[in-house]
Amino acid sequence: MSSDAPVAEIPGDTRRDRIVDDLRGHLGASLVDSLVKPGDDVWVRVEASAWRRAGEILRHEMGFDYFCFLSAIDWLPSPYGKGEDDPTEPPPERDDTIRQGYAGGQTRLQLLARVVSSTDHIGVNVKCDVADADPSVESWIPVYAGANWHERETHEMFGIGFTGHPDLRNMYLPTEFEGHPLRKDFPLLARMVKPWPGIVDVEPLPGGGDDEEGEGE
Amino acid sequence: MTSTESLLDRRQMAYIAAQASDARVNVELETEGMTLNIGPQHPATHGTLRIIARLDGEQVVWAEPSCGYMHRGYEKLTEVRTYPQVTALINRIDWLGSFANEVPFILAAEKLMGIEAPPRAQWIRTILFELSRIANVSLFLGDLGVQLGAVTPVFMAFRDREYVLNLIEGATGGRFHPNFDRIGGLKDDLPAGFIDETRVVMKKLRNFCDEMENLLFGNEIFQSRTRGIGVIPKDIALQYGLSGANLRASGVDWDLRRDQSLPMAWDKIDWKVWTHPDGDSFARCWIRLQEVRESTRIVDQLLDGIPSGPVMAKVPRIIKVPEGEAWVSTENPLGEMGYYVVSKGELGPFRTKIRSASFNNISIVPWVLKGVYVPDIITILASLYFILGDIDR
Repeated sequence: MSSDAPVAEIPGDTRRDRIVDDLRGHLGASLVDSLVKPGDDVWVRVEASAWRRAGEILRHEMGFDYFCFLSAIDWLPSPYGKGEDDPTEPPPERDDTIRQGYAGGQTRLQLLARVVSSTDHIGVNVKCDVADADPSVESWIPVYAGANWHERETHEMFGIGFTGHPDLRNMYLPTEFEGHPLRKDFPLLARMVKPWPGIVDVEPLPGGGDDEEGEGE
Repeated sequence: MTSTESLLDRRQMAYIAAQASDARVNVELETEGMTLNIGPQHPATHGTLRIIARLDGEQVVWAEPSCGYMHRGYEKLTEVRTYPQVTALINRIDWLGSFANEVPFILAAEKLMGIEAPPRAQWIRTILFELSRIANVSLFLGDLGVQLGAVTPVFMAFRDREYVLNLIEGATGGRFHPNFDRIGGLKDDLPAGFIDETRVVMKKLRNFCDEMENLLFGNEIFQSRTRGIGVIPKDIALQYGLSGANLRASGVDWDLRRDQSLPMAWDKIDWKVWTHPDGDSFARCWIRLQEVRESTRIVDQLLDGIPSGPVMAKVPRIIKVPEGEAWVSTENPLGEMGYYVVSKGELGPFRTKIRSASFNNISIVPWVLKGVYVPDIITILASLYFILGDIDR
């Protein structure tokens, strides 16, 4: 907001920096990485072994009492692209290097949760690397009861286990469903059988605009 | 004032005492449990939500909603679409307040691109956002009556919502799914005559709120069916991530329209955030009624001050969003709706986490239904207010 930016930004900065410092004070080396975007948001990455502990500290010691969401990110670039390829042609070469986002990372799958303080309305995005071989962390249910459904969803969609979760049944899909749909290597079958023309949806204006370059990309 | 308050207190106390004595009787006359299936096709489920409740006599021992009858996989679908195409999808998450779904996603994309919509677009966005809220929540008020056995309010709600939908249709071309928000602004400016007509409609909606308050909220049956039913304390509400009116009804003074800085017009006008200390079904319904009324006031004030200028910033015709991650959430009709957008600098998002309000709001159902009576299941579900598309996405 342009009008109140000078007021909001400077205290926001120090507050967010303090969040990272406080959390590092509690977790020590288990807090692997962090990123503060001034006046915007803060990201921290903790070790999988400290996942539950990070939640406990955030809720009980630092006042982040509002549970916003818990999910995961699969950083593998999709081997199918955007599903716009012609199925009769051999698939094109694609870059398959894994580049993690803010606050770095080492593994393909990362947990992502967001908790917010209901008093000063600042949120923290907590990330956590989970091993490819046995993706599993401790459940957050004892800390934030609302994590229950979110962990069920994450388990179903990404195949990440939550030890201590009482009931990791599927939320949406049939029980006998195989695979984890939100993983990038899970193909979107509707796109595999028929090329989708919608990927290019920008057509030149009849009169011709002034910034038409990049057409047909 | 004090006399009514003590009267209500007495009524509440009497209710609690009656419940306690019932519970004692139930312990003495222990009955064989039974499982009751509510839905998936029940009018109280706003779609297809199934509630499995295990009963002991008339009391719920255990209850669990079963979702997934309407799972459409939007998070996966966003990964194979371009940014402008995503708005057509996310319109259908909360289908009663569609325009409000588009705004946080567009704001997240704009945040990643480092652009901001021109002031006029911000104001019109805010107006349409509030109109979505009015259309959505006024239908809730009517529906609430039906679920508690009062048939009249729903007809009034459909009648008056129609005026708002006409406004939205006039401005955007779509009654339910406007798909009007664009990265960098809006598709079009407001049509001629929109402002005058909106003023008239807002007056009608305020009348509607008064009618509802007299007809429904003042009704003794309504009061005795909602007061003290499904009480959610503040800390439980926060733990489960309840948001919007459900959270404010538990006494948390938090509204994302006021408490964060977004490029929207809410901070330019004078309005009030309503809270209620009780946390029961009545409080949740009452907050929503006040919020519709407050929204009509917000719209009226916004209409007075729409700035002139373009409604679209300069953006390239092919939108590529720079690499990064952004979280934007807004106070939607159902509660906090947010998008965590991960971009890899391509034409479409790499990953979108859709944080929808109803998913969290309904995840509290197993907790809050424990120990209530069968008719109260419907009251509590109605007062928590969910839209199926918003749970299943």
